[in-house]
Amino acid sequence: MARSTSKDAQDLFRALWSAYSATPTNLKIIDLYVMYAVFTALIQVVYMAMVGSFPFNSFLSGVLSCVGTAVLAVCLRIQVNKENKEFKDLAPERAFADFVLCNLVLHLVIMNFLG
Amino acid sequence: MAFVRAPSPFLLVLVLALSISAAITATTTVPQPISDHHRSAALNLFAPSHGSFPSLQDAYEALRVFEILGIEEKHRVSTDTCKVVLENLSSLSSSLKDLFYALKVNGILKCKVNGEVFEGIASRLKASISDASPLPDLYYSIGGLVLIKDQDSNVDVLLADATGTFQSIKAQSQSDGKWRYSSDKTESSAYAAGLAFEALAGVISLASSEIDQSKVNTVKHDILKLFGSIEKNDDGSFYFDGETVGGHEHQDSLSTTSSVVRGVTAFAAAVSGEINQLPGDKTLGLAKFLLGIGVPGDAKDFFNQVESLAFLESKRVTIPLILSLPETVYSLTTKGQLKVRVSTALGSAAPPLVVKLVRAFSSGAKDSSIIESKELQYDKRSGLHVLDGFTNNVDVGTDVFVFEIVLHDSHSKQVYATGGQIHMPIYVTGIIAVSNAEIGVLGDLGSVQTKKALDLAGNDVVSFSANHLQKLRFSFQLATPHGHVFKPHQAILKFRHEIKVEHVFVIGNVGKKFEITLDFLGLVEKLFYLSGKYDIELTVGDAAMENSFIRLLGHVKLDLPEAPEKAAQPPAPPVDPYSRYGPKTEITHLFRTPEKRPPQNLSITFLGLILLPFLGFLIGLLRLGVNLKNFPSSTVPAAFALLFQLSIAAVLLLYVLFWLKLDLFTTLKTLGFLGAFLMFSGHRILSYLASTSTKLKSA
Repeated sequence: MARSTSKDAQDLFRALWSAYSATPTNLKIIDLYVMYAVFTALIQVVYMAMVGSFPFNSFLSGVLSCVGTAVLAVCLRIQVNKENKEFKDLAPERAFADFVLCNLVLHLVIMNFLG
Repeated sequence: MAFVRAPSPFLLVLVLALSISAAITATTTVPQPISDHHRSAALNLFAPSHGSFPSLQDAYEALRVFEILGIEEKHRVSTDTCKVVLENLSSLSSSLKDLFYALKVNGILKCKVNGEVFEGIASRLKASISDASPLPDLYYSIGGLVLIKDQDSNVDVLLADATGTFQSIKAQSQSDGKWRYSSDKTESSAYAAGLAFEALAGVISLASSEIDQSKVNTVKHDILKLFGSIEKNDDGSFYFDGETVGGHEHQDSLSTTSSVVRGVTAFAAAVSGEINQLPGDKTLGLAKFLLGIGVPGDAKDFFNQVESLAFLESKRVTIPLILSLPETVYSLTTKGQLKVRVSTALGSAAPPLVVKLVRAFSSGAKDSSIIESKELQYDKRSGLHVLDGFTNNVDVGTDVFVFEIVLHDSHSKQVYATGGQIHMPIYVTGIIAVSNAEIGVLGDLGSVQTKKALDLAGNDVVSFSANHLQKLRFSFQLATPHGHVFKPHQAILKFRHEIKVEHVFVIGNVGKKFEITLDFLGLVEKLFYLSGKYDIELTVGDAAMENSFIRLLGHVKLDLPEAPEKAAQPPAPPVDPYSRYGPKTEITHLFRTPEKRPPQNLSITFLGLILLPFLGFLIGLLRLGVNLKNFPSSTVPAAFALLFQLSIAAVLLLYVLFWLKLDLFTTLKTLGFLGAFLMFSGHRILSYLASTSTKLKSA
């Protein structure tokens, strides 16, 4: 039973992976970027759990910077994805410009909060 | 028995100091003749600034004071001052006042002036003397002519119409002996009278023919009338009151007195020795007034004082003799001689005379004399009149000595004014005998329970215990060296509790015996129901007591009842008034304790860990086969692409700087510039990319 379960899981992952492989490269880059941001945030949370939250604003800045970037990247991914008909008329360059602008504003606030 | 609560011993010291200073200041009101104090003050007051004086009048006043006081200062200023004098004398535009003072300075300095110059001035001065001239102009003109007469005998200065001039001056005199400045002024003053007398004296000496004697006599009469309006002080000094003349020019009493003295002595000199109508006590009173000023701090006052004193000594009027005491405080322990100095007001020697001590009496008892009619011995070496052994008769305290000056020959009696009996205060100090000191505790019915004799001169200290039903009695005796009663300024018993609360009791006396009985039952409230140990301190002090003391008598342990609820609380202990000048207690600053920081190694490890996802990101990018093939190949879009990247990097760098050191305003200003540039380059490159991708699609 257990064997069959792991095999099923393997099959499931393989199927998922093969399905994901069909994703366009630019979307894969954004996914990779999101992963990068999320892992960085996780490491900071672990660090906070180990040593305490003393400069709390610094911790918040660091984590929110990562989370915010990840959210913005996801938004970018939604707009760039050609399968989303909703954003069909929107040029990916325009979406990228939005992404850059939002990132700059976000980080201005983050820097101010960093202390 | 009086009861006082003094907050601190500081007050007692103050009271003692005040009483001593009062005793000392009382001595300074006795006039002293001119001494070296005046000479050194004169050198400071009249020191010419940069070798010259501000005006000729100042120069004359300084030189005249130096001349009177015998200070050799002429040669230092003569060159510069003579130059000014010659300029003024030769100039036709110089005023009458300047000419007058130039001639006065010349009289002292003896500058080289031509006889022709003198003749020119003399004719000018004569021309200015007319009937209608106001008094000051007449005064300066006539005074100038008199000065020329003294300085150059060849010049013709005699007045043709002396009688007319005499009349015109005399016409301004008032019925009370005062003078008006001119016929159109209504106010008269004694100051103007002084000027008029001097001018009249000048007219008499300049007259080509003798002035009618009856006219001179009317002026003498005016002088006597003027002296009728003289003011008198309690100490026997006379002066002429100050007055405001013409509504604006104020003359104080010193300058008024000085003007009158100058005028009267000048007039007496002109009529040659016939003005002894002035009583001696008036001249003596004037001298006392002038000396009573002390050493003036103002140059004008100084000149008026010294010059007037010099005129009083010029043998035109009776010369006042001043009796002064070199010391006014004598000690019975050192047994000094009573010393008296008699001199003229300017400090020069008096004629042969004898000083008699008419009587001496204690200031408290005026009727009983201590000493009667003694003659003082003249000590030729020191120039003082001394009396030996007078301390055998006087006792500690303040005494008044009455002196009399007796001149040897009858001629001196005509020339000098001695002023009759002279009262002088003398302060005698001595060691007071303190004896029979006893302290004891009494029962409630007055029965003696404990009693101890104390030697107040020694250091023995007693201790007692008492409750509120008992009494404390302390007594001692004070006697002067002659065995008389002595009542000191302060005889004070002080109780001091352990918590520094103090109570002061004044000890009263009956005859020689000083006694105080403290009934604790009546005092419990004032003692604030404070039981415990009290220090007892005794203060006996007086300015005349050479052995004033303050000492600890001992301790008493009081057992008082419990305080009722409404009883007054003892006052807070007095703050030492000097403590506020001492160092303050050190301030310890409280800082927030710094938060616990993680170990540095851990932080650095996590910094490394942060880099891991980035590394994974880069590896992932490589695995996906990312490339830059889409980068524009033509020059202009490539440049814009590069600029776009660079400006993003610049904005991020600005953020880092904002974090490290910049403030928000600087950052936002710079961000504005960079943002505009970023928008421009970003718009160019992105629209280019969009157009190429649509072209690609359409193709």
